[in-house]
Amino acid sequence: MTDALFTYVLRLADDAAILSQRLGEWCGHAPTLEEDIGLANVALDHVGQARALYSYAAEVEGKGRDEDQLCFLRVERAFRNCLLVEQPNGDFAQTIARQLFFSAFMLPFWEKLTGSSDATLAAIAAKAEKEAAYHLRHASEWTIRLGDGTAESQRRMQEAIDLLWPYTGELFEADDTVSQLVAAGIAVDPQGLRAGWLATLSRVLEEATLTLPAQGWMQTGGRDGRHSESFGHLLSEMQYMQRAYPGRNW
Amino acid sequence: MSAAGDTDTVQALALEEQRLRALEVAGQVPDPEVPVLTIADLGVLRDVRVREGGVVEVDITPTYTGCPAMAVFTMDIETALLAAGFSSVRINTVLSPAWTTDWLSAEAREKLRAYGIAPPAGKASRRALFGDDQVACPRCGSLETEKVSEFGSTACKALWRCRACAEPFDYFKCH
Repeated sequence: MTDALFTYVLRLADDAAILSQRLGEWCGHAPTLEEDIGLANVALDHVGQARALYSYAAEVEGKGRDEDQLCFLRVERAFRNCLLVEQPNGDFAQTIARQLFFSAFMLPFWEKLTGSSDATLAAIAAKAEKEAAYHLRHASEWTIRLGDGTAESQRRMQEAIDLLWPYTGELFEADDTVSQLVAAGIAVDPQGLRAGWLATLSRVLEEATLTLPAQGWMQTGGRDGRHSESFGHLLSEMQYMQRAYPGRNW
Repeated sequence: MSAAGDTDTVQALALEEQRLRALEVAGQVPDPEVPVLTIADLGVLRDVRVREGGVVEVDITPTYTGCPAMAVFTMDIETALLAAGFSSVRINTVLSPAWTTDWLSAEAREKLRAYGIAPPAGKASRRALFGDDQVACPRCGSLETEKVSEFGSTACKALWRCRACAEPFDYFKCH
C-alpha cells in the first residue's frame, strides 16, 4: 500500500511540476503583459502544489529523499506525469487547450480528493481545489475568446483542441495502483469524473463555437514513465541547476 | 492544594503569559506584499505554543500553495520572536483548514480599501464558473468597475479598472 501511495502522490506531484515548467516558459513571451502575469501566476500555483505533493511523497517513501531530490534528480523514465502536461506550448491556442483539458479535470478531481481518508492528501486537495477554479475559468474564457473570435483564431483554437485531444484519455486511466487506493478510500476514481469533464468541455466549446472531437484513439504511457520526445529537453532545462551544482539551495 | 501543585500552577500561568506575548509579537509581523495587513489580520497565523526555556512553536498556513511570501513570513516571525527574547523558534506549515479570505475581519477589509486594494467581495463558498462579484473601486467607491485580468501582482490579487474614475486597482480575490 505504501508503494502505491508513493506512486500515486508522485504522479500528482509530477503533473503539477511539469505543467508549471511548461507554463513558466511563457514568462516574458505571452501575448500581453496581463497574460504574462496570468500564466506565471498559474505556474506558481502548480509549483506550490508540486512542493506540497513532493514533500508528502518523500515522507511516504521514507528513504530520506526530499522534495528537491524528487523533482530535480530523477531521470526521464522515473517521471510519472501524464503526457498532456508535458506537451510543448505550441502557439497560445495550444497552451490554452492544454490548460482547458487539464483544469476541467483537476477541479472536480481535487474536490473529490478533499474527501480522501488520507488526511494530508485531503488537506492539499482543499487548497489546490480553490486554485484550480481560477485555472479553469482562465482557460475557459480564453477558449471562448479565441474560438468565437476571428476566422484565424477559431481555426487555431480548433486545431489545438484536436491536436491535444488524444492525450486526454490518460487522465481517466485507473491501473492497479489507482484501483487499490480507490478501494481504500484514499484515491479518486477517475472514471467517475468523465461525465462531468465532458459536460464542462461541451459547455465551453459550444459557447466558443468549437467542436468537441469524437472519442477516438488515445495516447498512453506517461504514468509508467514512457514520455514524449520533447520531455528530455524540458527536464534538462528544469534540472540544470541541481545537476550543475548538486545540493545548492537558496 | 500541595506545594508542588502550586508550583505547577505558577509555571503554567507563566507559560500562558509567554504564549500570549509570543502570539502578539508574531501576530504583528506584516505581510511583505500587503504591508497594511499583519499575519494575524490575514489569518495566516494559526497557533503559537511556548515550551519551557522560551522555545516557541508557531503554526502558519499558506494563502496560496505557491505564495512566495511564506518564506519571508517565516524569516520575519523568527526574527521578531528572537528579538523579543525567546530562545528558539520553530515554524510549522499547516494546510488544514485551507486558508480563506472569509477569515479577514471587517477591520482588515477596511485597511485594505484605505491602502488602495479592493477587499474581497462576497463569500468564498459561493462560486460559479463564470461571472464576477461586484467590486467597488477603492478610490471613488463606484461599482462601475471591470476585471482586466484574473491574475495580478501577487497570487492573492486580480487586476481591475474603474470606469468612473479611470483608476486601475488591485482586487484582493475572494478565495
